[in-house]
Amino acid sequence: MKKTAFYGALAVAGLAASTASAATLDDVKARGVLNCGVTTGLVGFASPDANGVWNGFDVGVCRAVAAAVLGDSDAVEFIPTTGKTRFTALASGEIDVLARNTTWTFSRDVDLKFEFVGINYYDGQGFMVPRDLGVASAKDLDGATVCIQTGTTTELNLADFFRSNSISYEPVPIETNAEAQQQYLAGACDVYTTDASGLAATRASFENPGDHVLLPEIISKEPLGPLVRHGDNDWGDIVRWSLNALIAAEELGVTSANVEELGAAPTGNPEVNRLLGTEGELGAMLGLEADWAKNAIAAGGNYGELFEKNIGENTPIGLARGLNAQWTDGGLLYSPPFR
Amino acid sequence: MVDRTIAFVRTEDVPAMPPPPNATGPAKWVKDNLFATPANSVLTILAILAIYFILSGSVPWMLNGIWASPSLAVCREILDGASGACFAVLAERWNQLLFGFQYPADLYWRPGLAFVLLFFAAAPVLFFDLPRKLLIFTALYPFIAFWLIWGGSIFGPLLALLGIVAGAFFYQKFVKNSFALGFFGAIVTALVVWTVGGYIIPDGEIAEGAMRSVPSRDLGGFMLNMMLGVTCVSLSLPIGIALALGRQSSMPIIKYICVIFIEFIRGVPLITLLFVANVMLGYFFPPGSGVDLFLRVVIMITMFSAAYIAEVIRGGLAALPKGQYEAADSLGLDYAQAMRLIILPQALKISIPGIVNVSVGLFKDTTLVSVISMFDLVGMIRGPILASVEWQGVYWELFGFAALLFFITCYGISQYSQWLERRLATDHR
Repeated sequence: MKKTAFYGALAVAGLAASTASAATLDDVKARGVLNCGVTTGLVGFASPDANGVWNGFDVGVCRAVAAAVLGDSDAVEFIPTTGKTRFTALASGEIDVLARNTTWTFSRDVDLKFEFVGINYYDGQGFMVPRDLGVASAKDLDGATVCIQTGTTTELNLADFFRSNSISYEPVPIETNAEAQQQYLAGACDVYTTDASGLAATRASFENPGDHVLLPEIISKEPLGPLVRHGDNDWGDIVRWSLNALIAAEELGVTSANVEELGAAPTGNPEVNRLLGTEGELGAMLGLEADWAKNAIAAGGNYGELFEKNIGENTPIGLARGLNAQWTDGGLLYSPPFR
Repeated sequence: MVDRTIAFVRTEDVPAMPPPPNATGPAKWVKDNLFATPANSVLTILAILAIYFILSGSVPWMLNGIWASPSLAVCREILDGASGACFAVLAERWNQLLFGFQYPADLYWRPGLAFVLLFFAAAPVLFFDLPRKLLIFTALYPFIAFWLIWGGSIFGPLLALLGIVAGAFFYQKFVKNSFALGFFGAIVTALVVWTVGGYIIPDGEIAEGAMRSVPSRDLGGFMLNMMLGVTCVSLSLPIGIALALGRQSSMPIIKYICVIFIEFIRGVPLITLLFVANVMLGYFFPPGSGVDLFLRVVIMITMFSAAYIAEVIRGGLAALPKGQYEAADSLGLDYAQAMRLIILPQALKISIPGIVNVSVGLFKDTTLVSVISMFDLVGMIRGPILASVEWQGVYWELFGFAALLFFITCYGISQYSQWLERRLATDHR
């Protein structure tokens, strides 16, 4: 009798586990909060402020998804993950979506069984050198000492780049970005290499940022994007189209300032109407309210607003849009149509 | 006989001459201690130079420190090129460093009060000259501290206390018949009380007010280090003693369980155990349920340090002459009495330096939890604070502060253990 009850409980637990992975949307709605995996802290992308409120570019994606699903951009439980714990947290169901500047690679998508829903930042590996060095191109770096984080893809990219240009370098292995910053400033290496966004953020923290230059070469592709588990395509669609809504909103000129006005009544632009739910049934197709995209955009603004507020040229990080501009402005951001 | 007159006989001592100037006072001390030999002199001069360079670099930096500033950039503006620390980061993020960034700000008094009460609870254990009645408070302290830090209904901790009291009562009653009956019966009694009580008492979550519940995920800062350190040290000491005795047991099952446990845990790095606690257990439980992360980490660290403490105590047991064991037997004491009255008091006294060594190491190892995304003091610094736009690039001030807090705590532990050794020195060496 006791044994049966035990196995019964096990079966129920197993059932609960399997249903949890099958309908993430229902779980999130029942829970009332979105569990969103973020970094434990990366300048401009995700960090809590002095009052413990999370801010940043990746955090903006979490808040947009929460607003689309639950209508409340604060209904997010931010679960900090390290580079080592992020994938297990997602796979085990501890988080519903991982927005942690994670590079979309073949093996992560296919082998680890995740679904990258899009790209919210096109990054790439770059070089930073002191201005005094007088170097204008990475190809002039023959014989340079390079500070490089060990065990990362940047290490492999660096070796490939120097070999294909048949120039030599001397690596100075370091563990963390903080250590790299100190080593580089102390002159232990001529060059520091990591993702270009990280270089810009690092340079912004220097006492004299103007004394250091970022070289024009970008030697790798690092498309960063939010991801979800395999096996729940409905949930993947929701996160994918929440991100697309932010990108499309910028293209269509919908901002957090005018979204209420545009969403109140049908406008002259049918795509804006479909996006904001005043025309068509797009929200219902996702299993969400009609004003889902309106809420997502109102949460933190469209893609361009999020970019400018967190990592754009008016912030201390000062990243230019570059590849992350809309396709109409020569960038790579290209949302499929809302139709 | 010739009468010889004695011209002069000294009848009193010559007054002592003052010592030569280079054989007294500071001059002699300097000569003896600093410039005794040429090699000694060279070392002294080198040491003075080293101290001078360190101080001339660090003292102006500290004295010139800025305590009020909203960001590192503003600090640098105020300093305007001069060397100076930016202590403003400590001032602005003080609460985050101590309590983490998620603990509700209006509830900081609760862990603060728990911290103050910790001294009252620890005092009768650490200083046995104090009245023994104070131990009652020590026994109640874990429940009070749990209630203060996590909040929620008072019935939860009360039920836990009730279960333990019922178990202790059962043990008292039946231990005279048989130790095994008393011991295991007590455990079963406590479990029964907890299970039955769990059905009767409603869910302990409180959403509002001064005693509202705080989830474990919201704990952080130095508070987390203190909680992990205090909990794990106090739990691993009794478990370590049990393991050490078990390893010496003549009963093969008990002996080999203890041996395998100790050797396995000692053979695995702590960081691996922490990853297991955080990552692997997440796969075993259905999403949204499972054991609290703080509890998982406490279990892992406790197991780890218990294995080490067990080996330290085994060293103490091995150091006792065989005659002590035989003396205990010849007095007609049973195993429990012999251990409690004769063997362990001596073995533990020998083991004090080793136990303190493990405890200090364990306390510092609690910073490892930052790799499994718990925001202890180091996790707070490396994660949220260094990743904020305002404070990115501040290292010395933050890590210096962390080092200071850990030094104060660990030096305190070390000083206490030395006092304890002097206090317990009954041999005449």
